[in-house]
Amino acid sequence: MSNPTNLRYTAEHEWLALDGELARVGVTAFAADALGDVVYVDLPQVGATITAGESCGELESTKSVSDLYAPVTGEVVEVNEAVDADPSLVNSDPFGAGWLFVVKVAETGELLDAAAYDALLDA
Amino acid sequence: MTTIPAGTPRLTPLHDVHLALGASFTDFAGWQMPVRYGSETAEHRAVRTQAGLFDLTHMGEIELTGPGAGAALDRALVGRPSAIGVGRARYSMICAEDGGIIDDLVVYRLADEHYLVVANASNVAVVAPELASRAQGYDVEVRDASADWALLAVQGPEAAAIVAGLTDLHVPDLKYYAIDAGTVAGIDVLLARTGYTGEDGFEIYCRPDDAAAIWAALTEAGAGHGLVPAGLACRDTLRLEAGMPLYGNELSRETTPFEANLGRVVVLDKPEGFVGDAALARRKEEGPQRVLVGLVASGRRSPRAGYPVHDPATGAEVGVVTSGSPSPTLERPIAMAYVPPALAEPGTRLAVSLRGTLEDAEVVALPFYSRTR
Repeated sequence: MSNPTNLRYTAEHEWLALDGELARVGVTAFAADALGDVVYVDLPQVGATITAGESCGELESTKSVSDLYAPVTGEVVEVNEAVDADPSLVNSDPFGAGWLFVVKVAETGELLDAAAYDALLDA
Repeated sequence: MTTIPAGTPRLTPLHDVHLALGASFTDFAGWQMPVRYGSETAEHRAVRTQAGLFDLTHMGEIELTGPGAGAALDRALVGRPSAIGVGRARYSMICAEDGGIIDDLVVYRLADEHYLVVANASNVAVVAPELASRAQGYDVEVRDASADWALLAVQGPEAAAIVAGLTDLHVPDLKYYAIDAGTVAGIDVLLARTGYTGEDGFEIYCRPDDAAAIWAALTEAGAGHGLVPAGLACRDTLRLEAGMPLYGNELSRETTPFEANLGRVVVLDKPEGFVGDAALARRKEEGPQRVLVGLVASGRRSPRAGYPVHDPATGAEVGVVTSGSPSPTLERPIAMAYVPPALAEPGTRLAVSLRGTLEDAEVVALPFYSRTR
Protein backbone atom coordinates (compact mmCIF):
# COMPACT_ATOMS: atom_id res chain seq x y z
CA MET A 1 0.00 0.00 0.00
CA SER A 2 1.52 3.34 -0.98
CA ASN A 3 0.87 6.29 1.27
CA PRO A 4 1.78 9.59 -0.43
CA THR A 5 4.95 11.09 1.02
CA ASN A 6 3.65 14.67 0.78
CA LEU A 7 0.95 14.00 3.38
CA ARG A 8 0.93 13.75 7.17
CA TYR A 9 -0.93 11.00 9.04
CA THR A 10 -2.47 10.09 12.36
CA ALA A 11 -2.57 6.76 14.15
CA GLU A 12 -6.37 6.87 13.61
CA HIS A 13 -5.72 6.59 9.84
CA GLU A 14 -6.52 10.14 8.79
CA TRP A 15 -4.31 12.00 6.36
CA LEU A 16 -3.63 15.75 6.19
CA ALA A 17 -2.41 17.86 3.28
CA LEU A 18 -0.88 20.92 4.97
CA ASP A 19 -0.96 24.17 3.01
CA GLY A 20 0.02 27.15 5.13
CA GLU A 21 -2.50 27.37 7.95
CA LEU A 22 -5.00 25.15 6.12
CA ALA A 23 -5.13 21.38 6.22
CA ARG A 24 -7.22 19.21 3.92
CA VAL A 25 -8.26 16.01 5.72
CA GLY A 26 -9.30 12.55 4.61
CA VAL A 27 -8.95 8.93 5.63
CA THR A 28 -6.21 6.69 4.28
CA ALA A 29 -6.58 3.88 1.77
CA PHE A 30 -5.93 1.47 4.63
CA ALA A 31 -8.86 2.91 6.59
CA ALA A 32 -11.14 2.92 3.56
CA ASP A 33 -10.30 -0.71 2.86
CA ALA A 34 -10.86 -1.70 6.48
CA LEU A 35 -14.24 0.05 6.58
CA GLY A 36 -15.60 -1.61 3.47
CA ASP A 37 -17.99 0.23 1.18
CA VAL A 38 -18.71 3.63 2.73
CA VAL A 39 -22.38 4.52 2.37
CA TYR A 40 -22.73 7.62 4.55
CA VAL A 41 -20.42 10.32 5.88
CA ASP A 42 -21.36 12.63 8.71
CA LEU A 43 -18.99 15.60 8.52
CA PRO A 44 -18.56 18.59 10.85
CA GLN A 45 -20.28 21.82 9.80
CA VAL A 46 -18.39 24.68 8.23
CA GLY A 47 -17.52 27.05 11.09
CA ALA A 48 -17.38 24.28 13.69
CA THR A 49 -14.38 24.06 15.96
CA ILE A 50 -12.86 20.61 16.17
CA THR A 51 -10.38 19.33 18.74
CA ALA A 52 -7.46 17.04 17.92
CA GLY A 53 -8.16 13.47 18.96
CA GLU A 54 -11.90 13.99 19.51
CA SER A 55 -14.69 12.60 17.37
CA CYS A 56 -15.89 15.12 14.79
CA GLY A 57 -18.10 12.95 12.61
CA GLU A 58 -18.65 9.39 11.48
CA LEU A 59 -18.19 7.12 8.53
CA GLU A 60 -20.79 4.44 7.96
CA SER A 61 -20.06 1.42 5.79
CA THR A 62 -22.27 -1.50 4.90
CA LYS A 63 -21.04 -3.37 7.97
CA SER A 64 -20.20 -0.77 10.58
CA VAL A 65 -20.13 2.77 11.87
CA SER A 66 -16.79 4.35 12.76
CA ASP A 67 -15.97 7.64 14.43
CA LEU A 68 -14.03 10.21 12.47
CA TYR A 69 -11.38 11.75 14.71
CA ALA A 70 -10.15 15.30 14.32
CA PRO A 71 -6.45 15.10 13.41
CA VAL A 72 -5.80 18.70 14.48
CA THR A 73 -7.51 21.47 16.46
CA GLY A 74 -9.03 24.29 14.47
CA GLU A 75 -12.02 25.64 12.57
CA VAL A 76 -13.65 23.79 9.70
CA VAL A 77 -13.69 26.09 6.66
CA GLU A 78 -14.88 23.75 3.91
CA VAL A 79 -16.49 20.32 3.62
CA ASN A 80 -16.52 18.08 0.57
CA GLU A 81 -20.09 18.22 -0.75
CA ALA A 82 -19.22 15.64 -3.41
CA VAL A 83 -18.38 12.98 -0.84
CA ASP A 84 -21.61 13.75 1.03
CA ALA A 85 -23.53 13.05 -2.18
CA ASP A 86 -21.38 10.07 -3.17
CA PRO A 87 -19.68 8.47 -0.14
CA SER A 88 -18.14 5.77 -2.34
CA LEU A 89 -15.48 8.36 -3.28
CA VAL A 90 -13.88 7.50 0.08
CA ASN A 91 -13.24 3.99 -1.27
CA SER A 92 -12.46 4.80 -4.89
CA ASP A 93 -10.11 7.76 -4.30
CA PRO A 94 -9.35 8.14 -0.58
CA PHE A 95 -6.34 10.45 -1.07
CA GLY A 96 -8.03 12.51 -3.82
CA ALA A 97 -11.70 13.08 -4.58
CA GLY A 98 -12.63 11.32 -1.33
CA TRP A 99 -11.22 14.10 0.89
CA LEU A 100 -13.55 15.07 3.74
CA PHE A 101 -12.99 18.64 4.97
CA VAL A 102 -10.55 21.54 5.24
CA VAL A 103 -9.60 22.91 8.62
CA LYS A 104 -7.87 26.16 9.58
CA VAL A 105 -5.28 24.79 11.96
CA ALA A 106 -4.94 26.33 15.42
CA GLU A 107 -2.84 23.55 16.86
CA THR A 108 -1.51 20.31 15.49
CA GLY A 109 -1.38 17.18 17.59
CA GLU A 110 1.02 14.33 17.00
CA LEU A 111 1.37 13.77 13.24
CA LEU A 112 3.29 11.07 11.40
CA ASP A 113 5.15 11.28 8.14
CA ALA A 114 4.55 8.64 5.46
CA ALA A 115 7.46 6.46 6.60
CA ALA A 116 6.23 6.46 10.20
CA TYR A 117 2.67 5.70 9.07
CA ASP A 118 3.89 2.87 6.82
CA ALA A 119 5.76 1.48 9.82
CA LEU A 120 2.60 1.70 11.92
CA LEU A 121 0.69 -0.32 9.32
CA ASP A 122 3.44 -2.92 9.14
CA ALA A 123 3.64 -3.30 12.90
CA MET B 1 -23.87 -14.92 21.30
CA THR B 2 -21.25 -17.23 19.90
CA THR B 3 -18.53 -19.29 21.47
CA ILE B 4 -15.22 -18.58 19.81
CA PRO B 5 -12.63 -21.23 20.58
CA ALA B 6 -9.38 -19.91 21.92
CA GLY B 7 -6.14 -20.32 20.03
CA THR B 8 -5.11 -20.20 16.42
CA PRO B 9 -7.85 -19.46 13.92
CA ARG B 10 -8.78 -22.35 11.66
CA LEU B 11 -8.04 -21.95 7.97
CA THR B 12 -10.20 -23.42 5.23
CA PRO B 13 -8.55 -25.49 2.48
CA LEU B 14 -9.13 -22.46 0.21
CA HIS B 15 -7.18 -20.02 2.37
CA ASP B 16 -4.31 -19.64 -0.10
CA VAL B 17 -6.82 -19.08 -2.90
CA HIS B 18 -8.43 -16.27 -0.91
CA LEU B 19 -5.03 -14.74 -0.15
CA ALA B 20 -4.14 -14.77 -3.85
CA LEU B 21 -7.46 -13.05 -4.60
CA GLY B 22 -6.64 -10.28 -2.13
CA ALA B 23 -9.41 -11.12 0.33
CA SER B 24 -9.96 -9.30 3.59
CA PHE B 25 -10.52 -11.78 6.39
CA THR B 26 -12.65 -11.86 9.49
CA ASP B 27 -12.63 -14.17 12.45
CA PHE B 28 -15.89 -16.10 12.43
CA ALA B 29 -16.50 -18.68 15.13
CA GLY B 30 -12.79 -19.43 15.25
CA TRP B 31 -12.31 -19.55 11.48
CA GLN B 32 -10.44 -17.08 9.31
CA MET B 33 -13.05 -16.44 6.63
CA PRO B 34 -13.01 -14.13 3.62
CA VAL B 35 -15.25 -11.15 4.41
CA ARG B 36 -14.83 -9.53 0.99
CA TYR B 37 -12.47 -9.62 -1.97
CA GLY B 38 -13.07 -6.09 -3.26
CA SER B 39 -16.30 -4.17 -2.82
CA GLU B 40 -18.92 -6.11 -0.85
CA THR B 41 -21.63 -4.07 -2.59
CA ALA B 42 -20.34 -5.18 -5.99
CA GLU B 43 -20.26 -8.80 -4.76
CA HIS B 44 -23.84 -8.44 -3.52
CA ARG B 45 -25.00 -7.09 -6.88
CA ALA B 46 -23.13 -9.86 -8.75
CA VAL B 47 -25.07 -12.49 -6.79
CA ARG B 48 -28.38 -10.71 -7.49
CA THR B 49 -27.71 -10.29 -11.22
CA GLN B 50 -25.18 -13.01 -12.19
CA ALA B 51 -23.40 -15.23 -9.71
CA GLY B 52 -21.10 -15.35 -6.70
CA LEU B 53 -18.79 -18.08 -5.41
CA PHE B 54 -18.57 -18.56 -1.64
CA ASP B 55 -16.35 -20.60 0.68
CA LEU B 56 -18.60 -21.79 3.51
CA THR B 57 -16.31 -24.45 4.92
CA HIS B 58 -16.86 -23.07 8.42
CA MET B 59 -20.39 -24.55 8.49
CA GLY B 60 -20.78 -27.65 10.66
CA GLU B 61 -21.81 -31.02 9.25
CA ILE B 62 -23.23 -33.73 11.50
CA GLU B 63 -24.02 -37.14 10.03
CA LEU B 64 -26.55 -39.59 11.41
CA THR B 65 -26.52 -43.16 10.14
CA GLY B 66 -28.55 -46.17 11.11
CA PRO B 67 -32.12 -47.49 11.04
CA GLY B 68 -33.10 -45.20 13.92
CA ALA B 69 -31.80 -41.99 12.32
CA GLY B 70 -35.18 -40.61 11.25
CA ALA B 71 -36.87 -41.37 14.57
CA ALA B 72 -33.95 -39.92 16.52
CA LEU B 73 -34.15 -36.67 14.54
CA ASP B 74 -37.93 -36.51 14.99
CA ARG B 75 -37.25 -36.65 18.73
CA ALA B 76 -34.36 -34.16 18.63
CA LEU B 77 -35.68 -31.47 16.26
CA VAL B 78 -38.89 -29.47 15.98
CA GLY B 79 -39.70 -30.83 12.51
CA ARG B 80 -40.28 -34.34 11.19
CA PRO B 81 -37.11 -35.42 9.36
CA SER B 82 -38.43 -39.00 9.06
CA ALA B 83 -40.92 -37.64 6.51
CA ILE B 84 -38.23 -36.04 4.32
CA GLY B 85 -37.89 -37.90 1.03
CA VAL B 86 -34.50 -39.33 0.14
CA GLY B 87 -32.58 -36.67 -1.77
CA ARG B 88 -34.54 -33.80 -0.26
CA ALA B 89 -33.82 -31.20 2.43
CA ARG B 90 -35.77 -29.25 5.07
CA TYR B 91 -35.06 -26.17 7.12
CA SER B 92 -35.43 -27.06 10.81
CA MET B 93 -34.42 -26.13 14.33
CA ILE B 94 -33.16 -27.74 17.51
CA CYS B 95 -34.76 -26.25 20.61
CA ALA B 96 -34.12 -26.55 24.33
CA GLU B 97 -36.71 -27.95 26.75
CA ASP B 98 -37.95 -24.39 27.36
CA GLY B 99 -38.48 -23.88 23.60
CA GLY B 100 -35.49 -21.58 23.12
CA ILE B 101 -33.66 -22.06 19.83
CA ILE B 102 -30.29 -23.83 20.14
CA ASP B 103 -29.63 -23.58 16.40
CA ASP B 104 -31.32 -23.44 13.04
CA LEU B 105 -30.38 -26.24 10.68
CA VAL B 106 -30.70 -27.65 7.21
CA VAL B 107 -31.44 -31.38 7.29
CA TYR B 108 -30.63 -33.40 4.18
CA ARG B 109 -31.78 -36.98 3.79
CA LEU B 110 -28.98 -38.63 1.80
CA ALA B 111 -30.38 -42.19 2.04
CA ASP B 112 -33.04 -44.08 3.96
CA GLU B 113 -30.77 -44.40 6.98
CA HIS B 114 -28.35 -41.50 6.39
CA TYR B 115 -28.93 -37.84 7.21
CA LEU B 116 -26.66 -34.81 6.95
CA VAL B 117 -27.48 -32.02 9.43
CA VAL B 118 -25.83 -28.68 8.70
CA ALA B 119 -25.38 -26.42 11.72
CA ASN B 120 -24.00 -22.93 12.12
CA ALA B 121 -20.24 -22.75 12.68
CA SER B 122 -20.75 -21.01 15.99
CA ASN B 123 -23.09 -23.74 17.26
CA VAL B 124 -21.82 -27.07 15.92
CA ALA B 125 -19.79 -27.75 19.06
CA VAL B 126 -23.06 -27.56 21.03
CA VAL B 127 -25.40 -29.13 18.48
CA ALA B 128 -23.35 -32.27 17.75
CA PRO B 129 -23.17 -33.51 21.37
CA GLU B 130 -26.78 -32.43 21.98
CA LEU B 131 -27.93 -34.51 18.99
CA ALA B 132 -25.86 -37.45 20.21
CA SER B 133 -27.41 -37.16 23.66
CA ARG B 134 -30.95 -36.96 22.29
CA ALA B 135 -30.28 -39.96 20.02
CA GLN B 136 -29.51 -42.26 22.95
CA GLY B 137 -31.80 -45.25 22.87
CA TYR B 138 -32.18 -45.10 19.09
CA ASP B 139 -30.30 -47.34 16.68
CA VAL B 140 -28.21 -44.58 15.13
CA GLU B 141 -24.66 -43.28 15.06
CA VAL B 142 -24.24 -39.50 15.41
CA ARG B 143 -20.92 -38.08 14.24
CA ASP B 144 -19.59 -34.52 13.96
CA ALA B 145 -18.19 -34.83 10.44
CA SER B 146 -17.34 -31.13 10.01
CA ALA B 147 -13.66 -31.84 9.40
CA ASP B 148 -14.54 -34.22 6.56
CA TRP B 149 -16.37 -31.60 4.50
CA ALA B 150 -15.50 -28.42 2.69
CA LEU B 151 -18.46 -26.39 1.43
CA LEU B 152 -18.61 -24.14 -1.60
CA ALA B 153 -21.70 -22.25 -2.76
CA VAL B 154 -22.52 -20.89 -6.20
CA GLN B 155 -25.43 -18.47 -5.89
CA GLY B 156 -27.21 -16.27 -8.39
CA PRO B 157 -29.32 -16.41 -11.55
CA GLU B 158 -26.37 -17.77 -13.56
CA ALA B 159 -25.53 -20.50 -11.03
CA ALA B 160 -27.49 -23.24 -12.80
CA ALA B 161 -25.78 -22.58 -16.12
CA ILE B 162 -22.35 -22.58 -14.50
CA VAL B 163 -22.87 -25.78 -12.52
CA ALA B 164 -24.66 -27.61 -15.36
CA GLY B 165 -21.51 -27.43 -17.47
CA LEU B 166 -19.42 -29.12 -14.78
CA THR B 167 -21.58 -31.84 -13.28
CA ASP B 168 -22.69 -35.30 -14.38
CA LEU B 169 -26.04 -34.67 -12.68
CA HIS B 170 -28.98 -33.33 -14.69
CA VAL B 171 -29.37 -29.91 -13.07
CA PRO B 172 -33.00 -29.26 -14.10
CA ASP B 173 -33.97 -32.42 -12.17
CA LEU B 174 -32.30 -31.13 -9.01
CA LYS B 175 -35.19 -29.16 -7.50
CA TYR B 176 -34.97 -26.42 -4.90
CA TYR B 177 -34.03 -28.03 -1.55
CA ALA B 178 -32.90 -31.26 -3.20
CA ILE B 179 -29.49 -32.96 -2.94
CA ASP B 180 -27.74 -35.70 -4.90
CA ALA B 181 -24.37 -37.40 -5.03
CA GLY B 182 -22.53 -36.76 -8.28
CA THR B 183 -19.45 -35.10 -9.66
CA VAL B 184 -18.38 -31.50 -10.24
CA ALA B 185 -15.31 -31.16 -12.46
CA GLY B 186 -15.02 -34.95 -12.27
CA ILE B 187 -14.71 -34.91 -8.48
CA ASP B 188 -17.17 -36.69 -6.16
CA VAL B 189 -19.42 -34.23 -4.32
CA LEU B 190 -22.84 -33.81 -2.79
CA LEU B 191 -24.63 -31.23 -4.89
CA ALA B 192 -27.52 -29.44 -3.16
CA ARG B 193 -29.84 -26.79 -4.54
CA THR B 194 -29.84 -24.73 -1.35
CA GLY B 195 -28.47 -21.41 -0.20
CA TYR B 196 -28.76 -18.37 2.00
CA THR B 197 -28.97 -15.51 -0.47
CA GLY B 198 -32.53 -15.47 -1.80
CA GLU B 199 -31.29 -16.53 -5.23
CA ASP B 200 -31.26 -19.81 -7.07
CA GLY B 201 -28.03 -21.58 -6.33
CA PHE B 202 -26.08 -24.61 -5.24
CA GLU B 203 -24.12 -25.75 -2.26
CA ILE B 204 -21.34 -28.20 -3.03
CA TYR B 205 -20.13 -30.47 -0.23
CA CYS B 206 -16.73 -31.96 -1.06
CA ARG B 207 -13.62 -33.39 0.54
CA PRO B 208 -11.36 -30.61 1.86
CA ASP B 209 -8.51 -31.81 -0.39
CA ASP B 210 -10.72 -31.31 -3.45
CA ALA B 211 -11.98 -27.83 -2.61
CA ALA B 212 -9.29 -25.89 -4.48
CA ALA B 213 -9.74 -27.89 -7.69
CA ILE B 214 -13.51 -27.41 -7.60
CA TRP B 215 -13.13 -23.68 -6.84
CA ALA B 216 -10.78 -23.35 -9.82
CA ALA B 217 -13.13 -25.23 -12.15
CA LEU B 218 -16.09 -23.10 -11.06
CA THR B 219 -14.07 -19.92 -11.49
CA GLU B 220 -13.13 -20.93 -15.00
CA ALA B 221 -16.64 -22.09 -15.94
CA GLY B 222 -18.12 -18.95 -14.42
CA ALA B 223 -15.88 -16.49 -16.21
CA GLY B 224 -18.34 -16.06 -19.07
CA HIS B 225 -21.27 -15.79 -16.65
CA GLY B 226 -20.07 -12.93 -14.46
CA LEU B 227 -19.16 -15.18 -11.51
CA VAL B 228 -17.14 -13.39 -8.83
CA PRO B 229 -15.72 -14.59 -5.52
CA ALA B 230 -18.04 -13.40 -2.76
CA GLY B 231 -17.35 -12.99 0.95
CA LEU B 232 -19.32 -13.21 4.16
CA ALA B 233 -20.11 -9.46 4.16
CA CYS B 234 -22.33 -9.75 1.11
CA ARG B 235 -23.72 -13.06 2.31
CA ASP B 236 -25.08 -11.19 5.33
CA THR B 237 -26.72 -8.40 3.30
CA LEU B 238 -28.08 -10.95 0.80
CA ARG B 239 -29.75 -13.02 3.52
CA LEU B 240 -31.05 -9.87 5.22
CA GLU B 241 -32.73 -8.67 2.02
CA ALA B 242 -34.18 -12.17 1.65
CA GLY B 243 -35.61 -11.93 5.20
CA MET B 244 -33.64 -14.96 6.36
CA PRO B 245 -32.79 -15.08 10.07
CA LEU B 246 -29.24 -15.36 11.36
CA TYR B 247 -28.47 -17.26 14.55
CA GLY B 248 -27.10 -14.84 17.14
CA ASN B 249 -29.10 -11.98 15.64
CA GLU B 250 -32.73 -12.98 15.02
CA LEU B 251 -32.47 -16.40 16.66
CA SER B 252 -31.20 -17.25 20.13
CA ARG B 253 -31.84 -19.33 23.24
CA GLU B 254 -34.20 -16.56 24.36
CA THR B 255 -36.29 -16.84 21.20
CA THR B 256 -38.75 -19.52 20.10
CA PRO B 257 -39.60 -20.22 16.45
CA PHE B 258 -42.98 -18.49 16.93
CA GLU B 259 -41.50 -15.04 17.63
CA ALA B 260 -39.28 -15.43 14.57
CA ASN B 261 -42.32 -16.10 12.33
CA LEU B 262 -41.01 -19.64 11.87
CA GLY B 263 -43.80 -21.51 13.65
CA ARG B 264 -44.37 -23.41 10.41
CA VAL B 265 -41.23 -25.50 11.06
CA VAL B 266 -42.64 -26.76 14.40
CA VAL B 267 -44.63 -30.00 14.13
CA LEU B 268 -46.45 -30.16 17.46
CA ASP B 269 -48.50 -33.28 16.73
CA LYS B 270 -45.63 -35.76 16.41
CA PRO B 271 -46.95 -38.85 18.23
CA GLU B 272 -43.65 -39.61 19.99
CA GLY B 273 -43.11 -36.01 21.11
CA PHE B 274 -39.86 -34.06 20.88
CA VAL B 275 -37.55 -32.06 23.09
CA GLY B 276 -39.23 -28.74 23.85
CA ASP B 277 -42.71 -29.76 22.70
CA ALA B 278 -44.57 -28.82 25.89
CA ALA B 279 -43.01 -25.36 26.08
CA LEU B 280 -43.55 -24.73 22.38
CA ALA B 281 -47.20 -25.83 22.54
CA ARG B 282 -47.73 -23.42 25.43
CA ARG B 283 -45.96 -20.61 23.57
CA LYS B 284 -48.09 -21.17 20.51
CA GLU B 285 -51.25 -21.13 22.63
CA GLU B 286 -50.27 -17.93 24.45
CA GLY B 287 -49.12 -16.15 21.32
CA PRO B 288 -45.81 -14.32 21.09
CA GLN B 289 -45.05 -11.23 23.16
CA ARG B 290 -42.88 -9.88 20.37
CA VAL B 291 -42.55 -10.67 16.70
CA LEU B 292 -39.94 -10.22 14.04
CA VAL B 293 -40.67 -7.47 11.51
CA GLY B 294 -38.95 -5.80 8.60
CA LEU B 295 -38.14 -2.09 8.83
CA VAL B 296 -37.22 0.36 6.12
CA ALA B 297 -35.60 3.52 7.47
CA SER B 298 -36.32 6.86 5.90
CA GLY B 299 -32.91 8.48 6.35
CA ARG B 300 -29.51 7.54 5.03
CA ARG B 301 -28.15 6.09 8.25
CA SER B 302 -28.78 2.45 8.90
CA PRO B 303 -30.27 0.78 11.95
CA ARG B 304 -27.82 -1.77 13.41
CA ALA B 305 -28.15 -4.81 15.63
CA GLY B 306 -28.93 -3.76 19.19
CA TYR B 307 -30.34 -0.31 18.41
CA PRO B 308 -33.57 0.44 20.32
CA VAL B 309 -36.89 0.72 18.50
CA HIS B 310 -39.35 3.35 19.74
CA ASP B 311 -43.06 3.98 19.31
CA PRO B 312 -43.16 7.57 17.99
CA ALA B 313 -46.69 7.98 19.41
CA THR B 314 -45.50 7.60 22.99
CA GLY B 315 -41.73 7.84 22.70
CA ALA B 316 -41.49 4.55 24.60
CA GLU B 317 -38.83 2.02 23.77
CA VAL B 318 -40.76 -0.97 22.42
CA GLY B 319 -38.27 -3.23 20.71
CA VAL B 320 -34.79 -3.85 19.37
CA VAL B 321 -33.10 -4.15 15.99
CA THR B 322 -31.57 -7.58 15.35
CA SER B 323 -29.88 -6.92 11.97
CA GLY B 324 -29.58 -3.82 9.85
CA SER B 325 -27.68 -2.60 6.86
CA PRO B 326 -27.91 -0.41 3.83
CA SER B 327 -29.68 -2.53 1.20
CA PRO B 328 -27.80 -2.57 -2.10
CA THR B 329 -30.95 -3.71 -3.92
CA LEU B 330 -33.48 -1.33 -2.33
CA GLU B 331 -30.87 1.44 -1.93
CA ARG B 332 -32.42 2.19 1.47
CA PRO B 333 -31.41 1.17 4.99
CA ILE B 334 -33.26 -2.00 6.01
CA ALA B 335 -33.47 -3.90 9.26
CA MET B 336 -35.18 -6.68 11.12
CA ALA B 337 -36.42 -6.01 14.64
CA TYR B 338 -38.49 -7.53 17.42
CA VAL B 339 -41.54 -5.43 18.35
CA PRO B 340 -44.87 -6.08 20.14
CA PRO B 341 -47.51 -7.74 17.92
CA ALA B 342 -49.66 -4.59 18.12
CA LEU B 343 -46.93 -2.65 16.28
CA ALA B 344 -46.08 -5.33 13.73
CA GLU B 345 -48.54 -4.53 10.94
CA PRO B 346 -46.93 -3.39 7.69
CA GLY B 347 -47.30 0.35 7.38
CA THR B 348 -46.84 0.96 11.12
CA ARG B 349 -44.63 3.97 11.77
CA LEU B 350 -41.83 3.32 14.23
CA ALA B 351 -38.54 5.02 15.04
CA VAL B 352 -35.05 3.65 15.56
CA SER B 353 -32.61 5.28 17.92
CA LEU B 354 -29.50 5.78 15.81
CA ARG B 355 -26.81 6.63 18.31
CA GLY B 356 -29.14 8.98 20.16
CA THR B 357 -31.17 10.37 17.25
CA LEU B 358 -34.62 8.98 16.50
CA GLU B 359 -35.03 8.22 12.80
CA ASP B 360 -38.34 7.23 11.21
CA ALA B 361 -38.76 3.66 10.07
CA GLU B 362 -41.74 1.89 8.59
CA VAL B 363 -42.77 -1.72 9.17
CA VAL B 364 -42.79 -3.64 5.89
CA ALA B 365 -43.65 -7.22 5.02
CA LEU B 366 -40.72 -9.64 4.85
CA PRO B 367 -38.83 -10.48 2.75
CA PHE B 368 -37.48 -7.18 1.48
CA TYR B 369 -36.49 -8.94 -1.73
CA SER B 370 -37.67 -12.05 -3.52
CA ARG B 371 -36.44 -13.20 -6.87
CA THR B 372 -38.86 -13.11 -9.73
CA ARG B 373 -38.04 -16.50 -11.24
